[in-house]
Amino acid sequence: MGSIMVNTEFLMEYLPILIFIGLATGMSCFMILASYIIGRQKPDAEKLKAFECGFDPFDDTRGKFDVRFYLVAILFIIFDLEVAFLFPWAVSLGAIGLIGFWSMVVFLGVLTIGFIYEWKKGALEWE
Amino acid sequence: MIELLTPYAIQVAFIVLKILLIIVPLLIGVAYLTYAERKVMAAMQLRQGPNMVGPFGLLQPFADGLKLFSKETILPDMANKPIFVLAPILTFLLSLMAWAVIPFGELFGKTLLLSNINVGILYLFAVSSLGVYGILMAGWASNSRYAFLGGLRSAAQMVSYEVSIGFVMVTVLLTTGSLNLTEIVMAERPFWVSVMLFPMFIVFIISILAETNRTPFDLPEGESELVGGYNVEYSSMTFALFFLGEYANMILMSAITVILFMGGWLPPFGIESVLIDWVPGIVWFGLKICMILFIFLWSRATLPRYRYDQLMRLGWKVFLPFSLVWVVLVAGVLLATDSLPV
Repeated sequence: MGSIMVNTEFLMEYLPILIFIGLATGMSCFMILASYIIGRQKPDAEKLKAFECGFDPFDDTRGKFDVRFYLVAILFIIFDLEVAFLFPWAVSLGAIGLIGFWSMVVFLGVLTIGFIYEWKKGALEWE
Repeated sequence: MIELLTPYAIQVAFIVLKILLIIVPLLIGVAYLTYAERKVMAAMQLRQGPNMVGPFGLLQPFADGLKLFSKETILPDMANKPIFVLAPILTFLLSLMAWAVIPFGELFGKTLLLSNINVGILYLFAVSSLGVYGILMAGWASNSRYAFLGGLRSAAQMVSYEVSIGFVMVTVLLTTGSLNLTEIVMAERPFWVSVMLFPMFIVFIISILAETNRTPFDLPEGESELVGGYNVEYSSMTFALFFLGEYANMILMSAITVILFMGGWLPPFGIESVLIDWVPGIVWFGLKICMILFIFLWSRATLPRYRYDQLMRLGWKVFLPFSLVWVVLVAGVLLATDSLPV
């Protein structure tokens, strides 16, 4: 007891994934490059203009956009973190039993209050 | 030195071979998914569908691919070129990457899969979460209004449904007690537990339609208002990679559904009979995936497009509260009846 043995054997399972990522990246780069070389490239000013329904673009597109997209992103972060937090809880619920269950219910309860607040504030409204 | 490295080289070569055995059939599957989509939609609209290239038009997807391949690659003046090119590569890469952990079947007592990591479902969740970056990068780097709006819409839509997908996965985990995909497939559930999971199955099916930007949730590409959405500025192979990525994602999401809810490569409904024992598991896996894919195509042919506010309402005000309550409910019932896996 008490001895800390770090098992690194399971890391070997990630080697194929690493090779997979390398291979897939190489493949997609190759596909784009090969098509760029084989296809006939004849760019001109009109072709390279941003598509805008038949007239010249007025100005840069990086202007203002609706703040609600930002709100959605923030809400997503909150709930996604919560889901990530639920994963280990879900697989070990059998071992942690009632106490584990009720602790999570309290946590989710707090979160639900926040959710109801957002709802009432109209953060989820799109008109 | 060479003698020392040889075993590693053989091992790596073996892994590369396995990877190719996954990627190549997958890409052929993607090609025939586009063909199946056109044929199924044609049949539903009393048309012929593609029938000129090859017998029954079977070579149509390859003709399309070759045509796209030989087209001019356009890099718009105003675009941020490195990000513009990186976006399709990332999208395609992510749609392939997830397949590294999917178990395809069982052969002679060994599971057919590339990498048997113990947190498989977490890996899938992470990779599918990353998918939104490809689309955001494409929308932003194109520097075109249509692409920008399409990218924004798509990002907001994907993250909204990501949450309910997460809750559904958690519910399934409650009944399996493991994050490993093979163990999730092999987990034995009593019948009433499957019944309790059924509403989550429905939520999941609808969420994956939204997650892959398919009809009725294809607002990012809403042709009538945004022309092509985030990929409007793309051409040639850069466009083709988005296209391949989208369809590979559809197959992937179907595969995840099959693994979580339909028993993966096991025969359907747990039938055990000498009549079907000889059928390899991978065939069942493929057939089940085709079934889910048919739902994708069917809904595209029959359902009208949602409005954006309806889409967000469904995600945040219906699916999120419902799946949250259902997670607690399933956990409570499993705990009360003492049927949690240990």
